[in-house]
Amino acid sequence: MKIPYYPGCTLKSTAKHFEDSAIESAKKLGIEFVELPRWNCCGVVASLADDDIMHHLAPVRNMIRVLEMNRDGLVKNEKRLLTLCSMCYSTLKRSNQRVNELIDDLDVLNDFMYKEEVNYDGSVKIVHFLEILKEMGFDKIKESVTKSLENLNVAAYYGCKLLRPKEIGIDNSEVPIIFEDFISAISAKPVDWRNKSKCCGSFLTVDNKDVVVELGYSILTNAQKSGADIIVTTCPLCAYNLDNRQKNIKEKYPEFKEIPVVYFTQLMALAFGLSKEVTGFDGNYIDPVKLLKSKNIKV
Amino acid sequence: MHYDDKNKATEKAKNLTKIGIEKVRNNKPLETIETPIGKRVLVIGGGIAGIQAALDLGDAGYEVHLVEKNATIGGRMAQLSRTFPTNDCAACILGSKMAAIPKNKNIKLSNYSEIEKIEGTIGNFNVTIRKKPTYVHADACVSCGDCVAPCPVSLKDEMQWGVTKRKSIYLPIDFAVPNKYLIDGDKCLNIKAQKKTGEPSKVCRLCEKACHQGAIDFSMKAEKEEFIVDTIIVATGHDVFDATRKPEYGYGKYENVMIAPEVERVIVHKGEGTPTIDMGERIAFIQCVGSRDEQIGREYCSRVCCMYATKLSQLIKSMANVNGENKDIYVFYTDMRTFGKGYEEYYKATQRMGVKFVRGRPAEVIEDSVTKKLIIKVEDTLNNIIIESEFDKVVLSVGMQLSEGGNEIAEILKLPKSEDGFLQEAHPKFRPVDTSKDGIFIAGTAQGPKDIPDSVAQASATAARAMRLMNQGKITEEPLKAFIETDLCDGCELCINSCPPNAITMQNGKVVVNPVMCKGCGMCIASCHADAIDLNMYTNRQMLAEVEAALKDKKEDERIVLIFANDMCGYKLADSVGTAKKAYSDAIRIIKVPSTSRITPQLMLQAFSMGADGILLADCEIKSSDFAGSIETAINYVDKVKNILTEIDEDPERVMIFQFATVMLPKFVALMNQMSDIAYKNKPISDKNKEIIHKNISKWLFEK
Amino acid sequence: MIKRVKIKSSNRDFLKKVETLSGEDITVCDRCGVCTGSCPLTIEMEISPSNIMKMVQLGQEDVMDYNSMWVCSTCNYCTARCPRGLDVSKVTEALRQIKLRQSFDKIDIDKIPKEELRELPQIALIGAFRRLTS
Repeated sequence: MKIPYYPGCTLKSTAKHFEDSAIESAKKLGIEFVELPRWNCCGVVASLADDDIMHHLAPVRNMIRVLEMNRDGLVKNEKRLLTLCSMCYSTLKRSNQRVNELIDDLDVLNDFMYKEEVNYDGSVKIVHFLEILKEMGFDKIKESVTKSLENLNVAAYYGCKLLRPKEIGIDNSEVPIIFEDFISAISAKPVDWRNKSKCCGSFLTVDNKDVVVELGYSILTNAQKSGADIIVTTCPLCAYNLDNRQKNIKEKYPEFKEIPVVYFTQLMALAFGLSKEVTGFDGNYIDPVKLLKSKNIKV
Repeated sequence: MHYDDKNKATEKAKNLTKIGIEKVRNNKPLETIETPIGKRVLVIGGGIAGIQAALDLGDAGYEVHLVEKNATIGGRMAQLSRTFPTNDCAACILGSKMAAIPKNKNIKLSNYSEIEKIEGTIGNFNVTIRKKPTYVHADACVSCGDCVAPCPVSLKDEMQWGVTKRKSIYLPIDFAVPNKYLIDGDKCLNIKAQKKTGEPSKVCRLCEKACHQGAIDFSMKAEKEEFIVDTIIVATGHDVFDATRKPEYGYGKYENVMIAPEVERVIVHKGEGTPTIDMGERIAFIQCVGSRDEQIGREYCSRVCCMYATKLSQLIKSMANVNGENKDIYVFYTDMRTFGKGYEEYYKATQRMGVKFVRGRPAEVIEDSVTKKLIIKVEDTLNNIIIESEFDKVVLSVGMQLSEGGNEIAEILKLPKSEDGFLQEAHPKFRPVDTSKDGIFIAGTAQGPKDIPDSVAQASATAARAMRLMNQGKITEEPLKAFIETDLCDGCELCINSCPPNAITMQNGKVVVNPVMCKGCGMCIASCHADAIDLNMYTNRQMLAEVEAALKDKKEDERIVLIFANDMCGYKLADSVGTAKKAYSDAIRIIKVPSTSRITPQLMLQAFSMGADGILLADCEIKSSDFAGSIETAINYVDKVKNILTEIDEDPERVMIFQFATVMLPKFVALMNQMSDIAYKNKPISDKNKEIIHKNISKWLFEK
Repeated sequence: MIKRVKIKSSNRDFLKKVETLSGEDITVCDRCGVCTGSCPLTIEMEISPSNIMKMVQLGQEDVMDYNSMWVCSTCNYCTARCPRGLDVSKVTEALRQIKLRQSFDKIDIDKIPKEELRELPQIALIGAFRRLTS
């Protein structure tokens, strides 16, 4: 299956290993990510002011690209746009919902983008990779697992963007299971823990890293207390706040024990037996390889 | 009132007289409608409301059949410990009411029975019930209880909300009425085996061996009974909100999170000296669980939870004081709704006992995986602080919802439900225990959340309402009813769907109107393309004659605006315009109708084709459920006519509908004058357009 | 000293402005406190989310003097739980916009240490600039 794929800025730079592991793992499942031509930054955060049309422009342009892909035969009858980064997922999806509700605003946007060859008609559907995997059936993932991760206790960190607001959530916001089902499918053991969707602090990391340190400490220690060896995430911003910021957490809480944070597709690639270049564990700040070796998992 | 032009006033008076004469000329002799009605009542539901209604009716000499789906009557009240604000023991005060039921020779109790089917109407409801097999012969059982010990099946006792256990053969509760044991057919090993094989089984017959009376009979079958009643009272009660739907509170996941009904049973057993659940030292009540919450689709307030939480905390505190124990009890509320008689005083007394009331709605409950104690994070909104505290037990004050049985009965009887999901009363202020179906009444929590005093009051009210209908042996009504010209009816059935009380049915290929159920709104008339259905006292012929009389002698410079005013509001308002001596345009002619939905698009177009310059439909602002949907229907008709006027290039503002409250006198006068202005502003409808309308009415309205 | 507030008709304008910008029916909030209980950022806020809602309801413009609206990360925990169906994150965004549209920047790029800027992924920077600068 070929599906339009929206990487987002960070997946091409500091989170390249997220993209690489995702693309290769998807190939193993028969899914080909067809990158959106001429895609642009989605804007990271969703536009929340009700009078704002301007900030929906960037997301809508990307959706126009999807329509163009269909028109140009890059994909056949595929109006779904796949994202890996949950921040992009949330921003694109919320914009899409808004322009679908307010047809007048969509008209203004289309008018403004008069140079675009195609008008956006609201027909694109934004999906997250986890939704595609669920739709395909987690059993199919089980079949492709060649390396068992059964000793690995994994805490799924949903972050806020995948589940809230409820209109765009990929699962129930209080008791989600989709990520845990994924973890079971790649043969690892999902951990039940409380802070799975507690906010990591998001963009506050830029000028208020103290609060991010507090939140990160609370999230990570809860995962550890619940028995997690490793945490999986689906957002480069969460990954930065929970992974890279561990050095700041250690500064404030010297007794804090570090815990690796990886992208879910990295674990998937690992379970599928893909190479070191694909799993890309050197891209993570806290080294996961040491932990994996201690669990008898060869990288 | 036409002060300025006496001549014009006289002319108008003559015109109005002509209209009246035409109406009367087309009257036909009518008789009041009499339907015989007996004294048989079905009461569905044996909770406190059903019991009260049954006793009132039984004492008054009416024949009551009380049907209860559980093995014992008593309902939810039997599951309470004490009742606010008197702290009376629920079992004690309820017990005597329950005992009065079998003593009353006019009441027949069918316990462990469910309603299968009810057909018919007031005075003739055909009821079929199914009595489930108890596998214990009631006349032989002496309630000795010897059968219980040998039974190997131990289960959670639902009557006790799972706080204690029972066996598969059991007495529902010690004060059960009927006080007989029964076997749970879904859990008994022997009966399960029997159901599987279809043959008598010997898997386990220990209870049978233990019973000295030979009361146990595994071959018992369900029984059907059919009977006829004249009126029905629905008192099917409530279920509580399923707290697992609020996973953030952890009910079902964390062992120390309970719901309030469970605490009732803990208190009862503690009072009896039976140890059940240790409530610990620190207890938190969370209010509004399953109420006042859009996230789970329960916007309404469940009315009793503030009081019952106050009660439970009071009882726990006082029991602790007696035993010299210390309890720290917190009630986390959004509002304290203690509105009833003695309720505010009860709340204050509870505060005085040291129960702490904190205004804040907890967001989540967290469990300490080691101690299993619970942490609540909540904002004390009155103190502007965030409290994070540990508790031994958290009690969720769950709200009410229509019971499962209530839902089933609503389906069977086709009773409408309000937006909150409870059964809907006919009118929220003036008919709180009637339903829109004649002869069917509702009482208790089936109608909406309420406490015991209100349930009992409603129950007695339904008994009175039912007696009011049945007392004289017949129901007499004005003949303001629809009737069918059977020869003209072609059986298209369109009128059936247009009737809100479902008074029209098919019989032998033609429709028939049930005169008792018909409310005389006239909504059915417009749906008929064959002129086969008409309304007594407001027949098509009468209406047309009135319109014709109003317009026949219209002069060139005259304009005539017809106002069709409904009896309840519009016409009353029109009357008061006269008594208030308000001046208005002489173009106005007011004609009374039962409901503006009686004014069919056909009639409006015919009026225009005869020279009317404007039409105003004046109806009610209030929602009268007698004519449910009539306003929407009338608005629909007006829109149809507006579209047609626009298509033939006439001013669509010539026709209008407005909903009045009877205090809107100035608005009524203003609208009359506004319509008259529009009439005078425009030229009269051209002869050409009059022809077009006259020729095309059928085509426009009935062809697809 | 306890704050004394005179509620004037002009206070309604502030409420109306926030309601229009946010698209939320702020008058419906009865300050139950579920939003505050759910919010992970209350560890940093000077006034609680429910306090923000009530102050806006009464037209108290000094709600913008507190840091709370700047430390909301728009994680939507409040939105998912509010029993009246309100989205508090849109209200904080409206308040931020009122300030930002007056050409105000909450964060100064120059003040961020160079090493930090080098390390921060662009997703963090863009997000912060979008939410906290004009």
